[in-house]
Amino acid sequence: MSVVLTLQDVSVQFDTHLALHGVDFHMQAGERVALVGANGSGKSTLLRVAHGLLTVSSGRVMVAPGVHQAMVFQLPHMLRTTVLRFVVWGLWLQGTPWREAHVRARQALDRVGLQDMAERSARTLSGGQQQRLALARAWALQPNFVLLDEPTSSLDPHAKREVERLLREWVAASNVSLLFSSHNLGQVKRLATRVIYLEAGRVFADLPVDEFFNRPLGESHPEAHLFLKGELG
Amino acid sequence: MTTFTDTALRALELLTELDPLLWSIVARSLWVSILATAIACCLGVVLGAWLGVARFVGRDVILTVLNTLLALPSVVVGLVVYLLLSRTGPLGHLGWLFSIKAMVLAQALLVLPVVTALTRQCVEDAERNHGEQLKSLGAKPGLRSVLLAWDERYALLTVLIAAFGRAISEVGAVMVVGGNIEGFTRVMTTAIALETSKGDLPLALALGLVLMSVVLLLNVLISLLRRWRQRIDGAGTDPVQGVLV
Repeated sequence: MSVVLTLQDVSVQFDTHLALHGVDFHMQAGERVALVGANGSGKSTLLRVAHGLLTVSSGRVMVAPGVHQAMVFQLPHMLRTTVLRFVVWGLWLQGTPWREAHVRARQALDRVGLQDMAERSARTLSGGQQQRLALARAWALQPNFVLLDEPTSSLDPHAKREVERLLREWVAASNVSLLFSSHNLGQVKRLATRVIYLEAGRVFADLPVDEFFNRPLGESHPEAHLFLKGELG
Repeated sequence: MTTFTDTALRALELLTELDPLLWSIVARSLWVSILATAIACCLGVVLGAWLGVARFVGRDVILTVLNTLLALPSVVVGLVVYLLLSRTGPLGHLGWLFSIKAMVLAQALLVLPVVTALTRQCVEDAERNHGEQLKSLGAKPGLRSVLLAWDERYALLTVLIAAFGRAISEVGAVMVVGGNIEGFTRVMTTAIALETSKGDLPLALALGLVLMSVVLLLNVLISLLRRWRQRIDGAGTDPVQGVLV
């Protein structure tokens, strides 16, 4: 497997706050990596660094040539346009000709079950529908590396399941690499192949998903052990 | 009380009789302010949208100056434009002083900071909330400023209406650079000031009523626009909620 993303000793500082501190990790093509940790642990910062939205204070971020990223945010902003145009704009911004963008946008809407709402204002959709639309846009961009920042945390249980189902379908149908943050450990178990535990901007555990949840971590990774204990009871 | 009632009745007569002098002043006022607002909006929206997204050294200084200009007295704008357009001024060769063009220029300069500052605020808020998502799609600052301004177009329409309200209700600038020449550069506000000093209160009051009606109409338009937006796609940011003149 080829490496698609490498972070070498990456630190990010906002004024006096160190959001990431000496983070080292790399991702292979097709891996599905979950970032877990408490609020403020650096998960979102790491995702933004990996996507090039934030400049690092020190260290290096290397995205392999040929890697095409797309990111889905926790609260997708709905442009003041129709559902169809929302996807079309995204494609057009990435260089897809307008006409072709319409074709691909319709296919993407079809895939997430929003084809009947194509002409509706995107802002009138429910939270779950908006996140599905955000997924449709990401899918339409045909990335081979998707970053998701707590994609289901603001959704009700039904919408959560729906979005997760679409994500599972996506990864099953293609060899897409996934880097996502989540507070939902059940979702992490179902989606991830590898888990990175962050605390105060540092990586305290980087393990295959089975080991993270099933291996006793008390001695080798005490911070992750305490986190899991707190989360799982 | 009798004087007030008589004045009000005579003012209403002037309005209903479609007095040509009164309505020519109203038409000139509207023309000058519409033109000035259009010019200020063309420049101000572009500049404001860019300032809302771009980050560069000296931006804070520009924003401080811009916010200061919001409180610029209209007579000061009139004075500056007067100096620019006077015979010995840098733009004296244009021969615009005491003309409609000078009045349009003065009003455009007066409302330009209003349009720029409100647009900047509007686009900057939008950039803070979802600029990152556009950046994620590869939109550079220039394109982002255009897209965010377009996305906030209903809020910017409100800015436009507010700017027009500021333009049409000011008196100092047009008085200084227009000269309040009858049948040529006399507009509603300058006419009200003059007629009041001359004691022709019915005409002044009639013009005042028209001016208030225009401002009222603008506020109604803003309100309707807001309701329409809320019906279409929910509430959005509105930098000028009910701040007309």
